[in-house]
Amino acid sequence: MSRYRRRRLVNRTMEALATVAALLAVVVLAIVVVSVARRGGGAISWDLFTKPQALFGQPGGGIANALVGTALLVLLATAMAVPVGVLTAVYLTEFAPRRLALGIQVVLDVLAGLPTIVIGIFVYALLVIGHVQSGFAGAFALAIIMLPLVARATQEVLMLVPGTLREASLALGVRRWRTVVGIILPSSVGGILTGTVLAVARAAGETAPLLFTSSIFANTVQTDVTKALPNIPVLIFTYSEQPDPALHEQAWAAALVLMAFVLIASLAAKAFFYRSRKKLTG
Amino acid sequence: MSAVPTTSPLQARRRFAGRFGDLVLHGITLAGALSCVVLVGAIVWKILALSRDSFDRFGLSFVTAQDWDPVKHVFGALPFIYGTVVSSLVALVLATPLAIAIGLYLSELAPRGVRGVVGSLVELLAAIPSVVLGLWGILVLGPFLAHHVEPWLHRTLGFIPLFGDPQQTGQGLFTAAVILTIMIVPIVASISRELFLGVPRELEHGALALGATRWEMVRGVILPATRSGIAAAVILGLGRAVGEAIAVTQVIGGGTRIGWSLFPPADTLASKIASNYQGAGSGLETSSLLYLAAILLALGLIANLVAQIIVRRFDPLRGARP
Repeated sequence: MSRYRRRRLVNRTMEALATVAALLAVVVLAIVVVSVARRGGGAISWDLFTKPQALFGQPGGGIANALVGTALLVLLATAMAVPVGVLTAVYLTEFAPRRLALGIQVVLDVLAGLPTIVIGIFVYALLVIGHVQSGFAGAFALAIIMLPLVARATQEVLMLVPGTLREASLALGVRRWRTVVGIILPSSVGGILTGTVLAVARAAGETAPLLFTSSIFANTVQTDVTKALPNIPVLIFTYSEQPDPALHEQAWAAALVLMAFVLIASLAAKAFFYRSRKKLTG
Repeated sequence: MSAVPTTSPLQARRRFAGRFGDLVLHGITLAGALSCVVLVGAIVWKILALSRDSFDRFGLSFVTAQDWDPVKHVFGALPFIYGTVVSSLVALVLATPLAIAIGLYLSELAPRGVRGVVGSLVELLAAIPSVVLGLWGILVLGPFLAHHVEPWLHRTLGFIPLFGDPQQTGQGLFTAAVILTIMIVPIVASISRELFLGVPRELEHGALALGATRWEMVRGVILPATRSGIAAAVILGLGRAVGEAIAVTQVIGGGTRIGWSLFPPADTLASKIASNYQGAGSGLETSSLLYLAAILLALGLIANLVAQIIVRRFDPLRGARP
């Protein structure tokens, strides 16, 4: 009996510990979100979204230039990463011989696992040394980070397309390319969009790839991609390293905006993903 | 019109168009896939090429040299390797049991309604941008650790040299390790949950039917069946911790000290590179930073490939999953 009670006690303890661990993760998330919201909430104002950064040492100003820059950078990166990512996924699921598919898969996983600062310094070496920092270089670095995410998400949804659909199309004598373009891609468009949104959410918050490629920028709204584009992550990073509390407040506000965007985009993408997967798998 | 020809010109044209279309689509998708391979190759090649100057000058002794002095043109990576290894290992020691426990809670314990919510919240933790986490780390977590946790650790466990004198600012290796823990717990927890859910139900039910408690079932069935997968997840987490630059740069303080205590400021390979973003003084310094990046790249590649090999070769459940 006492042996049984000890076993039950151990079981109870372990269950309690596991529950506490899960609770701890949720509490940490809550603490981070609440402290960013509380510190950043106070600085959220109309000016924050409409005025560019103040000149160094002057009070006031907003983050309008960084918002515009981040939007441009992410847009450009998406335009570069999504086509290549989708093509790669189509090749892997529709055309590639097994062994080659495995090899390319390994390469994609390696790309996804590379430290982002390494990608940043690669683009710095490729496009910035000997030239100047530019929005294009920054977007290229972000695109490298988005590429494996888009490819992976597309691949997953392509594999969910029922084999019967594929076979039915081929049995009707439809050519392979028309099957892919006319049947398979349209039925997986939801999944591709989800993957893209997740990749955008990730790219919008990435700092490391931009540090060496688009970090020394003007205080004004900038839309010329051949010059360094102001952006939110680098703004938060540089402000957080400054001792000035006024800059900290702006950093908190920018962090709140960024975090809200990233969290909402991730949640929406996930909800959308479950819906479109249900539609595909029935 | 006597006999219908076997292929009309129209049919022939369509057949040609079809074959042509197949070829074109095959070609451009192949080009897309190959560009990923070329990209990885270019990254490796470019970083090695630009670290060449530093490599020629210092050779492999760069890895064991302690000084980083741009004025004297002497560069060495040891303090940064030390910072990387210590911060990542501490993060791993803290994160692994937590992540496995969360994975177990989500797969075995949580009531249906709670499961999805807590699971999504854990994944959201992974979605918080590292620069936001770093800002929180430098202004909230750091001071908290410096004024409450570090003095307490020093008082109670001070006889262990790891817990030396607390810092005033809260910037240091320990804060970096805690931030890294927060970053890798959700990653390892999500993978663990998937692994645990993949264990065949019959095995679990069998153990329970034999009278095992839930914990005994976990220890006797679930953990052994998923051991290699967990190892892979932990290595992926390690790779992430080693490569994280931004949040670590914000909270680690910077420095080249090597010592036992976890609390003083330091630098990791990634944070040293990141903190030089406004440009290096000399060509040799730039090249030495690239050398650091090459070491980081090698560590990242090794962690990644080892994790992949484990997942693909030794995961007995891989084939059984739907």
